[in-house]
Amino acid sequence: MISKKEKRIRLLLSIAGLVIFFGVWEMAVQMGFISSRILSPPSKVVSAFIQKLTDTKPEGATLITHFLMSFKLALSAFLAAVIIGVPLGLFMGQYKAFDRFLTPIFEIIRPIPPIAWIPIVILVAGIGMSGKVFIIFVAAFVPCVINSYLGIKLTSPVLVNVARTFGASDWQIFTKVCIPSSLNMVFTGVRNALGASWSTLVAAEMLASTGGLGYMIQMGRQLIRPDIILVGMLTIGCTGALLSWLLGLLEKKVAPWRYR
Amino acid sequence: MAVQKNKISMKNISKTFTTRTGDVSVLKDVSINVFENEFLVILGPGQCGKTVLMNILAGLEQPTGGEVVFADGTPKMGDLGIVFQKYYIYPWKNVMQNVELSQEVKGVDKKTRRESAQKYIDLVGLSGFEKSIPRELSGGMKQRVGIARAYATESDIMIMDEPFGALDAQTRYQMQEEILKIWEKKKRTVIFVTSNLEEAIYLGDRIILLGGSPTSVKAEYIPDMPRPRNYTSKEFLDLRNEIADNTDLAL
Ligand SMILES: Nc1ncnc2c1ncn2[C@@H]1O[C@H](COP(=O)(O)OP(=O)(O)OP(=O)(O)O)[C@@H](O)[C@H]1O
Ligand SMILES: [Mg+2]
Repeated sequence: MISKKEKRIRLLLSIAGLVIFFGVWEMAVQMGFISSRILSPPSKVVSAFIQKLTDTKPEGATLITHFLMSFKLALSAFLAAVIIGVPLGLFMGQYKAFDRFLTPIFEIIRPIPPIAWIPIVILVAGIGMSGKVFIIFVAAFVPCVINSYLGIKLTSPVLVNVARTFGASDWQIFTKVCIPSSLNMVFTGVRNALGASWSTLVAAEMLASTGGLGYMIQMGRQLIRPDIILVGMLTIGCTGALLSWLLGLLEKKVAPWRYR
Repeated sequence: MAVQKNKISMKNISKTFTTRTGDVSVLKDVSINVFENEFLVILGPGQCGKTVLMNILAGLEQPTGGEVVFADGTPKMGDLGIVFQKYYIYPWKNVMQNVELSQEVKGVDKKTRRESAQKYIDLVGLSGFEKSIPRELSGGMKQRVGIARAYATESDIMIMDEPFGALDAQTRYQMQEEILKIWEKKKRTVIFVTSNLEEAIYLGDRIILLGGSPTSVKAEYIPDMPRPRNYTSKEFLDLRNEIADNTDLAL
């Protein structure tokens, strides 16, 4: 257990880190080390953020519209990747036939960075929703499969043997031993997938889109509005951090045995 | 123990592993008889193949030579109670769930298997800890879970592979006493593996000494002392020296 005092010190350290980071940034711009035409100070970003919540200028939509567009896109692709990728990885880890059949294909797809899919996807599916969903799906799919696969492979053989000496069937060993034992690895994979889908989203939107956070950032560059760019970036950063924190809470609920 | 009924016969068990660096012969012509309801100790130095022998007994591995004959017919998987070296209990299951698992995989209904599991949880002195998860238990308590879990298979043969090897001396003494109490309350055939000489003498009805390379049976001892045995009695020390003279155990 962590004592109250230690908790407070940890919180204080985290806050100090943020304060110093934004403080240095603010000072650097205010004192003229960096031109405010290139980099807006945090104070300006905050006011731009508040304004952009309701203002459609200059590129045509409010921050909330952009955000929801991106969020729906990333979330649907991410969920699809988890729903398909995790069971697939688990089965590949457990059953040799799956492993043999799918691993070669997977090994070829795996090293291709998600953004390298963009050109072919645009050719095939255009710049609509489905193309971007596919790219993000690929980005999130790979870590889901790998970690689930490894989670099964890393299951202690003795724990498997224990169940075997109880007379457990292969299916019981899979569901009662291997899957619970790999849950923590699965969660790590899902968390990586979340990060990957969120960052790939922006790349996809910057290249081909008519809306969304990536599009907003891209327009900010074209209109030379660093404050808009930074609002977009910070929205992405904060949302990512929030989602990953939520996922952590879920993990503690579903797989609490690793935590104190 | 007047008439001893044979429960298990290990006949000329040999095991050779084929590895990248060539064949490794671990066991050679190991023959051991196990009598019904006895507390048999198998004593051997580290790395001599004790776990391999137990795995063969449990049907987890096949011998490359010889056979294991069970008087009551070869048990199916699930018909042996096994306590594994170190405590291999499921970290995501609480004490109750760990102990009831063997009945669960057999499809026993929840109420029945909980009742039976509770009996063994009480037997090993873990009452009140049913809902604790392994992370919250001490090493000794975890090993008790392992023992309760093995007993809960309701098997009449218990295999215990260095169950106390990872415990500190104090807990170890306690558990030795405990395991004898449990055995006296619920007589079963126990095969207890250890590399600890004192532990062997303290516990065993009979002691089979393994040694050599590849490993075979070196000798058999019968500690003719009433229980509880006294570590410092003359008989105890005499037997200890006798066995020590005949072993390659690092002492
Ligand atoms: N699957 C395997 N392949 C190759 N060698 C093996 C295999 N399993 C065990 N061995 C070898 O057999 C020998 C005996 O191993 P075993 O685990 O049975 O020893 P042990 O007597 O139980 O030792 P300890 O007291 O440390 O538990 C070791 O040298 C080990 O390397
Ligand atoms: Mg061993």
